[in-house]
Amino acid sequence: MKKDIILAGVGGQGILTIATVIGQAAVSSNMFLKQAEVHGMSQRGGDVQSHLRISDQEIFSDLIPMGQADLILSVEPMESLRYLPYLNENGWLIANATPFVNIPNYPEKEEVYNKIKTYKNHVLIDADAIAKEIGSARSMNMVILGAAVKTLGFSLEQIENSIKEIFGKKGDAIVEANIKALRAGFEAGK
Amino acid sequence: MKKILLLGDEALAQGAIDAGISGFFGYPGTPSTEIIEYVQKNKVAIEKDIHRTWASNEKTAMEEAVGMSYAGKRTMATMKHVGLNVAADPFMNSAMTGANGGLIVAVADDPSMHSSQNEQDSRVFANFALIPCIEPSNQQECYEAVFYGFELSEKFKLPVMVRLETRLSHSRSGVVTKEMQAENKLSFPDDPNQFMLLPAFSRMKYDKLVPLQAQLEKASEESPFNKYVDGPDKTLGIIACGLGYNYLMENVRKLDFKHPILKVSQYPLPRKQVEKIMKECDQVLVIEEGMPVVEQQLKGFVSGNTKIKGRLDGSLPRVGELNPNHVAKALGLPNTFGEEKPDFISNRPPALCVGCPHIDSYKAINEALKETPNGRVFSDIGCYTLGFLPPYNAINTCLDMGASITMAKGASDAGIHPAIAVIGDSTFFHSGITGLMDCVFDKNNLVVVILDNSTTGMTGGQDYTGFGRIEAVCKGLGVEEEHIRVITPLPKQHQENVQVFLEEIAYNGVSVIIPRRECVQTLKKKLKSRR
Repeated sequence: MKKDIILAGVGGQGILTIATVIGQAAVSSNMFLKQAEVHGMSQRGGDVQSHLRISDQEIFSDLIPMGQADLILSVEPMESLRYLPYLNENGWLIANATPFVNIPNYPEKEEVYNKIKTYKNHVLIDADAIAKEIGSARSMNMVILGAAVKTLGFSLEQIENSIKEIFGKKGDAIVEANIKALRAGFEAGK
Repeated sequence: MKKILLLGDEALAQGAIDAGISGFFGYPGTPSTEIIEYVQKNKVAIEKDIHRTWASNEKTAMEEAVGMSYAGKRTMATMKHVGLNVAADPFMNSAMTGANGGLIVAVADDPSMHSSQNEQDSRVFANFALIPCIEPSNQQECYEAVFYGFELSEKFKLPVMVRLETRLSHSRSGVVTKEMQAENKLSFPDDPNQFMLLPAFSRMKYDKLVPLQAQLEKASEESPFNKYVDGPDKTLGIIACGLGYNYLMENVRKLDFKHPILKVSQYPLPRKQVEKIMKECDQVLVIEEGMPVVEQQLKGFVSGNTKIKGRLDGSLPRVGELNPNHVAKALGLPNTFGEEKPDFISNRPPALCVGCPHIDSYKAINEALKETPNGRVFSDIGCYTLGFLPPYNAINTCLDMGASITMAKGASDAGIHPAIAVIGDSTFFHSGITGLMDCVFDKNNLVVVILDNSTTGMTGGQDYTGFGRIEAVCKGLGVEEEHIRVITPLPKQHQENVQVFLEEIAYNGVSVIIPRRECVQTLKKKLKSRR
């Protein structure tokens, strides 16, 4: 098994937490993993991405080759499209519909949505709204992760276990909120 | 033995802790910062009280590390590539004194300049100083490089460079750790004059350092970090260095690849293997991250008709970070590409955070300079460099750490008025103080603005050596007390702040204005941890 995942968003939106949860599932299954992150100047409100590679064989490059990503998982709609050069033809495009507008020239929302919808394998859900609905507004990133579970090669239970592992120290309430968000996303992404 | 997920930076730090290091010395700089940050949070390092506080700058860090090595202990200086320029004096001379306890200089390069002013390649510096350099290709090698590097350093009594790049520093992978070794005992150098660089001694030392290169080459030839995999098809040979090896393997591991491959992760170049591949192959492709260092060196290796391909002949891009697709193209393999990104996607340039104190400082400076269009603002390295971007357009220059004050001084000497220097608090203690002394000595007419957000902001909020002592230091340097003005950069203080700027611009002498308000990011973190 091999999964090459581009995680996308804007600095501060929590893509590294998504990477950590998927990474934990990979490590628990004794798989190889490489995850390249963006630190430094571009974090300040800039676009950020992380290359997450999981495989049952040794991984060499820290970067995913262009045209070979199996999944773009984005917490922001426009950001999901920035990395299209990386996506393989059968890849999944999974994006949160709520835009993060911190620039004056943000494109028309409909234009962004329409482009996402041209991909046969796409999920476009309003993860912010879903997170609010279940009373856990800050778990938007777990909602979008939930929507991607079906493409990851891990079961919902495996991802839940890694949430328990990672958030365990912060107490049961936090774990529960995140799992609830994950499940809501899983349903929405079906 | 256990396997843990670590960034390249963290793997290096963990390797050093496990290899019995006694002290880290460094100044924050992307992508090297996480080495010392990891140590500062590491339980074992805290328990053993391994030295791990930040230094004022890379020069002091490097010298402190040499001092610890003098005392026989294992130590590491950490910095980003341009930090090595600051530390260049002690770095170059440490090759002359050599090491007593194992001395590693860990330098993280930033090809493609994700967070830097240039993309200089630190391997050039290692070669310049005539010391060995290890360039790990993955996180496990980062970990191993420290054990091996300390042994190499103690064997040859030389500092050893470990060169990292952004993609390795900031990429996470599983690392298998080893049993922890004890720290070295305190011990003086066998030769009491080892660290005494009087010219007469220096000449003797240089006479030893130059011939030592043959032994360093031999060490590279036998190094576990270098590997020769022969292949029957000699129409092409590959020399793949550090991360370049990963991009090669990404492309060829599933192919029936029949060309010889020399993986290089230790320098000086392993002469025997390089000569073999050059002699046997019609062409050699060099895949290396950073500058065409090896490619240029090869030209001096063997005469003959072997064609050398790489960044210089256009097989690979001359500048910027490599990726697997560049290497596929250079190998003549089919390339893959998704879909072009749509034209309607806008860029998101990094920006000052909402509520950032620098915003209010820049607004006040802009307004104060409205009436004097020939005024110039000389800035420095930090978050506040973003004040160049709209809507602020508040600064005119950014050269290197500390250059705001000294460039403003030179411009003032040339007749520019008002000349304003804008420097962060941490940057001021890094390398602004000496420049301010020059200004006081010459009684320059300028205004130095020390933006005090009480942290090293751009690299994520590290503390710094001079915290809480800005006014005292300025006063001690000879800035007149009534021209050291502290203001609060808040929107409601705007008019008052503009007035302070106008008054100090009008004063014919050295003024220091200190806008003081904590970084919103570190404040947020503090409030969160209190909850």
